[in-house]
Amino acid sequence: MSFDDAELMKEFVVESQEHLADVENQLLTLESQGDSMDVGLVNKVFRAVHSIKGAAGFMGLETLGGLAHRAEEVLNKLRTNELRPTSLVINTLLRAADQLKALLDQIETSNQMDVTPHLVALQSIMAGEEAATTTAVAIEPTSENTKFEIGISSEALREFLIESFDNLEQAERDLLALERQPGADDLLNSVFRSIHTIKGSAGFLGYLKAEKLTHAAESVLGSIRSGNFPFDESVSERMFTTIDAVRRILHSIESEGHEGADVTGELATQMEEFLQEKLSETPTKVPKRGRSTRKSASSKKAPVAAVTSSKEPTESVEARRAQPDPEVIVTPVKPTPVQANSPKIETAQAPEAAPKAPTPTRISPAPAGSASGSTESSASDSTIRVDVALLDKLMTRVGELVLARNQILQFNSTIDDSALHSAMQRLNLITTELQEGVMKTRMQPIGSVWSKFPRLVRDLATMCEKDVRIEMEGKETELDKTIIEAIKDPLTHLVRNTVDHGIERPEVRAQNGKPTEGCLILRAYHEGGQVNIEICDDGAGLNLGRIKAKAVEKGLMTLEQVARLADRDVGNLIFLPGFSTAEKVSNVSGRGVGMDVVKTNIEKIGGTVDLQSKPGLGTTIKIKIPLTLAIIPALIITSDSDRYAIPQVNLMELVRLEGEESRTSIEWIQGAPVYRLRGRLLPLVYLRNELGIPRDNSAKSEIVNIVVLRADDRQFGLVVDNINDSEEIVVKPLSKQLKNVSVYSGTTIMGDGRVALILDVMGLAQSAHVVTGTKERAVSDSNDRATTNNSNMQTLLVLGVGPSRRFALPIAQVTRLEKLAINKVERADHQEVVQYRGEILPLIRLSDTLGVEPANHPEGLMDVVVYSEDGRSVGLVVDQIVDIVETELINTRPAQRAGLTQSAVINGHVTDLLDLPAVIRMVDPSFFQSTLNV
Amino acid sequence: MIASRQLCTFLLDGHLFGVDAQTVQEVIRYQEMTRVPKAPAAVSGLINLRGQIVTAIDLRTRLGMKPRENGKRPMNVVVRSDDGAVSLLVDQIGDVIAVDVENFEAPPDTLQGPSRELVQGAYKLNGRLLLLLNCAEAVQLVTE
Repeated sequence: MSFDDAELMKEFVVESQEHLADVENQLLTLESQGDSMDVGLVNKVFRAVHSIKGAAGFMGLETLGGLAHRAEEVLNKLRTNELRPTSLVINTLLRAADQLKALLDQIETSNQMDVTPHLVALQSIMAGEEAATTTAVAIEPTSENTKFEIGISSEALREFLIESFDNLEQAERDLLALERQPGADDLLNSVFRSIHTIKGSAGFLGYLKAEKLTHAAESVLGSIRSGNFPFDESVSERMFTTIDAVRRILHSIESEGHEGADVTGELATQMEEFLQEKLSETPTKVPKRGRSTRKSASSKKAPVAAVTSSKEPTESVEARRAQPDPEVIVTPVKPTPVQANSPKIETAQAPEAAPKAPTPTRISPAPAGSASGSTESSASDSTIRVDVALLDKLMTRVGELVLARNQILQFNSTIDDSALHSAMQRLNLITTELQEGVMKTRMQPIGSVWSKFPRLVRDLATMCEKDVRIEMEGKETELDKTIIEAIKDPLTHLVRNTVDHGIERPEVRAQNGKPTEGCLILRAYHEGGQVNIEICDDGAGLNLGRIKAKAVEKGLMTLEQVARLADRDVGNLIFLPGFSTAEKVSNVSGRGVGMDVVKTNIEKIGGTVDLQSKPGLGTTIKIKIPLTLAIIPALIITSDSDRYAIPQVNLMELVRLEGEESRTSIEWIQGAPVYRLRGRLLPLVYLRNELGIPRDNSAKSEIVNIVVLRADDRQFGLVVDNINDSEEIVVKPLSKQLKNVSVYSGTTIMGDGRVALILDVMGLAQSAHVVTGTKERAVSDSNDRATTNNSNMQTLLVLGVGPSRRFALPIAQVTRLEKLAINKVERADHQEVVQYRGEILPLIRLSDTLGVEPANHPEGLMDVVVYSEDGRSVGLVVDQIVDIVETELINTRPAQRAGLTQSAVINGHVTDLLDLPAVIRMVDPSFFQSTLNV
Repeated sequence: MIASRQLCTFLLDGHLFGVDAQTVQEVIRYQEMTRVPKAPAAVSGLINLRGQIVTAIDLRTRLGMKPRENGKRPMNVVVRSDDGAVSLLVDQIGDVIAVDVENFEAPPDTLQGPSRELVQGAYKLNGRLLLLLNCAEAVQLVTE
């Protein structure tokens, strides 16, 4: 049968793709479980493939159906224990699943595609292992049923219920439509398909009654499809009765775990009789009109009369439409046929009364406690599918509401009216909650991206001859859908890289005393309004020496620069464009493109990537990304009284030049303005020039505002009229007319309702020719950035020693801050020590070491900064822990003394920056020796 | 073929123009706009239309007419396009007029300039010509 209903086909493809999406992971799990495999899981896979097969056959997709059929056969052998889930079997099945996916992708031409290799492979598995296990006796149907009932996981059952409830509802809708246009083949087919699916699943799960009922219904429908007799009211009544009965069975399964005793096999028998009657009466007459069929049918005796006696078929249809609650339409099951019509209409008119009146055939186990009507809330009601475009629209409206609220809030502050204030408060609260709610609807668990990794890792590991286990933590961590899309590729790349480069071969691992199986951990969690994703492995870690050598070799850095880098920064070098240390280029990774793309892509969505590696122990890549793209933090600036937004991601720092400075510190190199930012030349770009706005020659030019931006690892200073504020903005796309204007990336609506343009920093840099230089130039610039960055923004712990002296050290060097009792200090080997966490912690008094007058200490507790290196710790005794500041080091002066690196002004105090390793070495020269040997 | 159609009319530099009333989403008075430097000349700015950002295209510029006199504020005819709503800035808004296909005539060959592309033809009304604007074409802008 050829089928060309595009809509139905699309539905089938989507449905089948969903089925297949899970199959992959389920198969992998089966493989890992080996002989102790979970039969429930096999059942799940079987069911998925079976539904595809059924629907494909129905739609005339022979190739697809054929392949699914063969796969199903193999699965069948698996579940009857005639086959074991060896990697050969699973491999073949996985490949078949891939092929099914490919067929689905090109559904139109799928019948022309050649899947013979897969068919042969599946066949040979069947034959090969069949020979050995052929003695296994076919299991009797009854025992099979009980076995599967035990095997069904609750999840599979839930899925079955949701699906079946949906299918029943669909069938019901289609039947109603079919009553109005009895000739519509597509509707008939749809009903058939729904019923068939239920039949398949029910039969498979061992729900015999449901299977029998649906089977009988399916036979009737099949007969109509082949044109044996036309569809009429008597048929639709029968169908509705069946649907109701099946629904009751499903309810019973849902609540009590079995089909219940109320629905008997009688209904199915009646259906079969009905079919026989239809078949026997029609071939001679072949009535075209439903009316004549009905008449002839109603002349018959017994059960059929129950349905066909309905004189007003339209009325009964109406009743159903008005009251689809299956609970109330129970009478047709009653053996007394005469009542069939009247009570139905009654219940439709008074649905409230229906649940109270105990009907003998009522099987719904709904307890009396649940109010009338609420019994319907089953699993299928809890989720719906919504078009993302609709959510986007909703989001826009909510954004608008937020703006309107903000405007009203401003008025609110000028009017003194308590009633208004409280109303405003509520509006405020509701709006915020609404906004949060709408945002949530766009969220998806990260697991949806991760789900393909087990397969990927498995295939890669096989290819690289490695053993890799993948573990996932925080699968349920939610992210905006657009972000999920954006991180898919970078994550895939990182996972590939880890398997290919990170994890060693089994023999190498064994030599190093590690388990031969490597472990890759994916971890996701929320932190501070951001999502952190970590990719950890227990592999060899990065070879820092080789990376340094490579960086020099490739001319990315000078020896001197490399030597200055901290280990952490060396690791991050691999994110530079054109960097790869892989000894051989494999077809998995190592071509030197990739890591920089990963970084660029993640930064594009406002995220950051950081890499930490411990030689011999493994590597951790940490990605921080915002929860949503729709709202981004941005800096608002003004140019010629127009506001523009600059995404915070691109922002490095702000510089303000006043008075004399504004005239002298901007220098010109042949018409190109530059500014010396901490000794380095920063190219300047005037926003007015770029936007073609004439220069402002008014008195305001005394002040120069420079926004230091980063584009493609280049820095430049954007000179703007005014720097306003940082704001969270809702990003809206540019209209078609403006898409080609490269200096904008989008638009947004400001708090006052006016539109502002979002500047595209990259586009701006290009139009100002900041980033047209050669690659070498770009790289060396970025290295400058990397090194200068180290001395730029830092998080520092500020310490007080003596009455006025301030010292600071990077917070990264601090392991813990402790308050220890002074009387706990003991002496050992001419050194002050304390017992700390079961160890002896040597103490260094900063005042003694640096020759600073200590403050008069009150007896009691002292502040200690604990520093750890390689499992050894030392405590730094200070007088006061002042603050933790994130600051940029300005006005620095190199220090003269040992133990200090430089002096800087922090929070208005001149502060010396400690060179902690040097300080420790002054007291205990042996402290770092063990580290050096590593 | 429908013998008559409804046109939403407006004035531009003394000429009476019309667009199919079906394509018009709404007509609003002058709105504050955010100008877009570097955009095509015909783009007057961006309007916030209830949370939707709409590009305003000045039809005078688009049709190569002389600019509006200072102080005269244009009206917005918001039309639906493939890419969402676009606002057309016009001098003054007119009535919705039912026109008869029989009175339609293609533009004369002597009509040159941007109007050549954008004016589909004229409806000969009593004592006046109503020029039919090709709306889809008018919102297509080439960025230089």
